[in-house]
Amino acid sequence: MADTRRMLNRVAIHGILLAACAVYLVPLLVMLLTSFKSPEDVRAGNLMTLPVEWTVIGWLKAWDTVSGYFWNSFMITVPAVLISTLIGALNGYVLSKWAFRGSNLLFSLLLFGCFIPFQVILLPMSFTLGKLGLANTTTGLVIVHVIYGLAFTTLFFRNYYVGIPDALIKAARLDGAGFFTIFFRILLPMSTPIVMVSLIWQFTQVWNDFLFGIVFASGEAQPITVALNNLVNTSTGAKEYNVDMAAAMIAGLPTLLVYVVAGKYFIRGLTSGVVKG
Amino acid sequence: MQRMMHATPASRTGMPDRLQRLLPRLVLAPTAVITLVCLYGYMIWTAVISFTNSRFLPVYNFAGFAQYERLLNNDRWWVACQNLAIFGGLFVGTCLLIGVIFAILLDQRIRREGFIRTIYLYPMALSMIVTGTAWKWLLNPGLGLDKLLRDWGWEGFRFDWLVDPDRAIYCLVIAAIWQASGFVMALFLAGLRGVDGSIIRAAQVDGASLPTIYWRIVLPCLRPVLFSAVMILAHIAIKSFDLVMAMTAGGPGYASDLPAVFMYQHTFTRGQMGLGSASAVLMLGAVLAVLVPYLYSELRSKRHG
Repeated sequence: MADTRRMLNRVAIHGILLAACAVYLVPLLVMLLTSFKSPEDVRAGNLMTLPVEWTVIGWLKAWDTVSGYFWNSFMITVPAVLISTLIGALNGYVLSKWAFRGSNLLFSLLLFGCFIPFQVILLPMSFTLGKLGLANTTTGLVIVHVIYGLAFTTLFFRNYYVGIPDALIKAARLDGAGFFTIFFRILLPMSTPIVMVSLIWQFTQVWNDFLFGIVFASGEAQPITVALNNLVNTSTGAKEYNVDMAAAMIAGLPTLLVYVVAGKYFIRGLTSGVVKG
Repeated sequence: MQRMMHATPASRTGMPDRLQRLLPRLVLAPTAVITLVCLYGYMIWTAVISFTNSRFLPVYNFAGFAQYERLLNNDRWWVACQNLAIFGGLFVGTCLLIGVIFAILLDQRIRREGFIRTIYLYPMALSMIVTGTAWKWLLNPGLGLDKLLRDWGWEGFRFDWLVDPDRAIYCLVIAAIWQASGFVMALFLAGLRGVDGSIIRAAQVDGASLPTIYWRIVLPCLRPVLFSAVMILAHIAIKSFDLVMAMTAGGPGYASDLPAVFMYQHTFTRGQMGLGSASAVLMLGAVLAVLVPYLYSELRSKRHG
């Protein structure tokens, strides 16, 4: 009797968990199905009907519209991620192993940057970029993303390096290793996990950014998120939902891919960075 | 410990001693300058503009609290704040509830747990713009859920919340929960794994039932996780901008405006820099109101721990 109840319980739990899986997956499924339909098919069927005829028209049209912005996003994301991670690593190294008077205060001030609503810096930053001639350029966006990503990358590396024994650094110093030798030869080679966390965190942050994109680069230099938003929310002509969904998939695929390949590090970034901070 | 390292003999790499000692400061210097200028300097700059009557261009004439007065008398601002309360409350509350429940269910030695967890969490990897686009389509009045349920035999079904001024805000809540609830689940699950198993076994030996164990022993241990989760979610809610822009653009009218959207539109598209800056400053105030008690309690617990 007790056994049957236990069995029923477990079946119920599994049922609930699987039902929830379906709820989380349905939007993705609907996007995919819609993106492979023809416009007439979209109107004739409903969200869950299979395409009468599978077609890639939507994807081709979407790619035509957003491909330039997709590459913009790449040109913004790759340098921004690499630079902010490298600076963050060096910062974390100094803050944990070469602390000096005032460095902890700086760290606290920087940490605050993880939390401010960016609305409070948008306007002065747009003035500055304008003055520097970097308004509406991908370079401008790279700089902005590096600046406001530093708080997180520094936090990641500082917390990671605090856990590495100081004795290791001291021994290296006695052997005559200098500041950069210790960093590049000793610390960096043992930092793979946190480098991954930082790269992936920054990649998703920068790729998915919309606020900086729309404020600082609304023209030719706009990133994919801004382009997608413009595509979906223009009211001229008949809406082509298949194109919208294909464009959304194109914008979402890089981060989804990263998540599938390196989800472990993605979750670690989400939890460790914010929780420990 | 770190102080001692400075006293150790200089390196033999050939770099002068002084430079070697200056290096850490030099490395940190750019970040220090950036932090001071681009965080704190800009914050003050925004605050200064909020005390002027700048419109399309910044002007630096002191106008006192005029912009704040205008803001507090602005109906649209109050709608945005009210929406934030609705959105934030429902979003945070529901995410926590879903997060705790599913974390506990997943903690029951489920086969394929990793796989299920991956599915719950993937929306978090997507841009809010992608999420918004997807849900805008799912909730499309006429072609979305609306039509689906009618096709499935529920003849009289109507779902047009997205264009209903009183209900559009709930559409945003639904999409935001879909995106973030899996993340909260992951936070709680990590917390559950950190609970000492021997306490639970001891309670089981004493004959406590599973619900009692969770309610009386496990959940109280999760208080720090709960705290962090509330912090992060409240923070997401206050900053929410992308999702609104993608799903409703604040509409219909300005029925689903949030403060972040208000700020953007007044500052950058309506030529109301002063007013927009004032709203940004109030947003910062709201974040600080959430953050300061959190940091305070963190510091206190650290000192006591």
